[in-house]
Amino acid sequence: MTKKHLHFYGGVHPQESKTASGAAIVSAPLLATYVVPLQQHIGVPAKPVVAKGDKVLRGQLIGEPGGFISAAIHAPTSGTVKEIATCLGPAGNQLPAVILESDGDDLAAEPMPALDWPNASPDELKKRIAEAGIVGMGGAAFPSVVKLSPPPNKTIDTLILNGVECEPCLTADHRLMLEKPEQVITGARITARVLGVKRVIIAIEENKPDAVALLQEKAAGTEVEVRSLRVRYPQGAEKQLIYALTGRKVPSGGLPMDVGCVVQNVGTASAICEAVCEGKPLYERVTTVTGSPLVAPGNWRFRVGTPYAEAIKLAGGVKVDPVKIISGGPMMGMAVYSLDIPIMKNCSGILLLAADEVRQYESSPCIRCGRCNDTCPMGMMPGILSVQIEKERFELAEQWHVLDCIECGCCAYGCPAGRPLVQLMRRAKGEVMAARKAKAAKKA
Amino acid sequence: MTETTVRLPDTTRLVVSSSPHFHEDASVRKIMLVVIAALAPACLAGVWTFGLRALWVLLVCTAACMLVEALCVKLQGRASTLPDGSAALTGLLLGMNLPVTTPTWMCVVGAVMAIGIGKMIYGGLGYNPFNPALVGRVALLMAFPTALTTWVAPLASPLQWAGVDSVTQATPLGTPWAGEQLFSTWELFIGRTGGSLGETCVPALLLGGVLLIALKIIRWQVPVCFIGTVAVITGIAHLAAPEQVAPPLLHIMSGGLILGAFFMATDMVTTPLGRMGAVIFGVGCGVITAVIRLWGSYPEGVSFSILIMNAFTPLIDRYTAGKPFGVISHPGREVKL
Repeated sequence: MTKKHLHFYGGVHPQESKTASGAAIVSAPLLATYVVPLQQHIGVPAKPVVAKGDKVLRGQLIGEPGGFISAAIHAPTSGTVKEIATCLGPAGNQLPAVILESDGDDLAAEPMPALDWPNASPDELKKRIAEAGIVGMGGAAFPSVVKLSPPPNKTIDTLILNGVECEPCLTADHRLMLEKPEQVITGARITARVLGVKRVIIAIEENKPDAVALLQEKAAGTEVEVRSLRVRYPQGAEKQLIYALTGRKVPSGGLPMDVGCVVQNVGTASAICEAVCEGKPLYERVTTVTGSPLVAPGNWRFRVGTPYAEAIKLAGGVKVDPVKIISGGPMMGMAVYSLDIPIMKNCSGILLLAADEVRQYESSPCIRCGRCNDTCPMGMMPGILSVQIEKERFELAEQWHVLDCIECGCCAYGCPAGRPLVQLMRRAKGEVMAARKAKAAKKA
Repeated sequence: MTETTVRLPDTTRLVVSSSPHFHEDASVRKIMLVVIAALAPACLAGVWTFGLRALWVLLVCTAACMLVEALCVKLQGRASTLPDGSAALTGLLLGMNLPVTTPTWMCVVGAVMAIGIGKMIYGGLGYNPFNPALVGRVALLMAFPTALTTWVAPLASPLQWAGVDSVTQATPLGTPWAGEQLFSTWELFIGRTGGSLGETCVPALLLGGVLLIALKIIRWQVPVCFIGTVAVITGIAHLAAPEQVAPPLLHIMSGGLILGAFFMATDMVTTPLGRMGAVIFGVGCGVITAVIRLWGSYPEGVSFSILIMNAFTPLIDRYTAGKPFGVISHPGREVKL
């Protein structure tokens, strides 16, 4: 076994602040109303299959996939559909949503039959993963069934389970690995069976030694290998993780499947295990609610559709007013301005930051200190690139591989001039994609 | 738990911005202040060697540079850039590169050249292609060659005031090599020789330089390659002609080599970004310095070498830019599974 590639290029080491790592997962109590977005994934929104006034049961399908890249949505509890409306999403956009009034009984729908996974066919398993509405729960929310259906010309030989949780503050994956290790490992093995791979690696950063030890113990005797990685952000980024574990470089513009790998979050694996072994669709997830302004940070198992306000109430409310509320972690999460936003399948954390934790600054010209060059895990030159992007030289940005930017934020994290490097990269990526689209449209 | 006791955040005061939401405690001002602090030992050594007038020159240059920058910024209708500390740093470096006897008005002219022509005309900090302090010094050297190459001998007491009646002395580099050292190695090392007021004391400069390397503000590759290249070339020349060429140790410890290599060839704005670029830049500076010192008409070439290499910085950056992660350098070579 080679341990050579336990490093990726660059990266930073922000303060870890994983204060909630000792807080066991608690199931959140039932609410009177849930706001369940019909788009909790990348791709096409789900089509509602219920109407206003319909009675639904927990786990019942309320939205069916609206296309190939889409995912099914299930009711988080039993009750009545109050209306089909829209709600605010974490990115600040309006999402179609089913507003569900709980009847308080939390009656479960007839579960899908449990599958005997070691003997079920990969297609049967895939069908179940699609029916259960499973998406990547690490943040991107890409429909899992699509990820698990590589085109026939791609050979997959390695499944990587991402338990790195390199974002500071977040502890949901850590707690899940500690409390449901069997689920995580079984989910990994089911996924491996779907993909037909023999090599399964669970990757965990070495700041979670308890999780490493526990999973190593539970995985003994199976094909699953547990590997401990040095603490370095963004260790959990797909391309960096694959390189650190296998030494393979995902080609520019390519996908992990191009180097024979599939990367999946540990939460997703656990959800797959529940869907296959218990017939339970994805309507709840573990989310960390943390930050210094909170009275009692912790980890909860929330039903999808729980408004952020309810999550913050569970964490005891705030001692001081936060300056930022973030959906996700501090490095890549999205700052939100409303507490009405519901927790979705990909919400790994709700983070509150106080005034002294947030740096507000004026941005000034690049002084070419070169820090961003040294920390960029993609080996790009964010500083120089940003100057060109400010001049709207998007073609040059494209030549300089701006589309490879993973928006991890390492560059902006250490920038002494406080330059909005990530925003500029996003701007250029948007412009480049738009230009490509326009070009393609012209051709057609 | 009663609902009333739970306090929810006031959403009207929330800030929405792009990720990342954590930042390192870094700022331009902090970098500049650390560099100024790193220069302090050499400045003190300059005052100790050349008397109180050295302090006067440093103060005039610093104040004049800050004033010129304030004026330029006002003319351009921009917010003050003085708090970033870069004007003060330029002033300090300019002063350190001048002889202690430089007239006050000449210091002011140097400051105008450094900040006005060397920096603000391009748009200010971050946009200047050449090291502003060196632009100021070289402009003065061209315009007033006598004043800029008159060196007083180190004074007996730091409280003395260097003036026209002070004893002048040739610099180690200004004296044609005649087979033996004019100064003892110890004098060279602690800077009891003629020279610009901030360049002579090697231990004080090294102290600051090592601090900057330790704090990762400068790359060690620049001073090592710069000084190393000068040592190698002058060493070879010295071996070939020991009668005409001074030994490399004298070359390293005299003139502005240490000051230039640690504090000016490492200026962030005007030097290459990457490690490889730093190596090329350092070697280039070393070659040019050695060539000027050995075969040029000037006894000293550090300022010129850095300015010349500043001009190559964009080219060096372009050709040393690595391929981003995952960009295949050999198209067609399949990924081995």
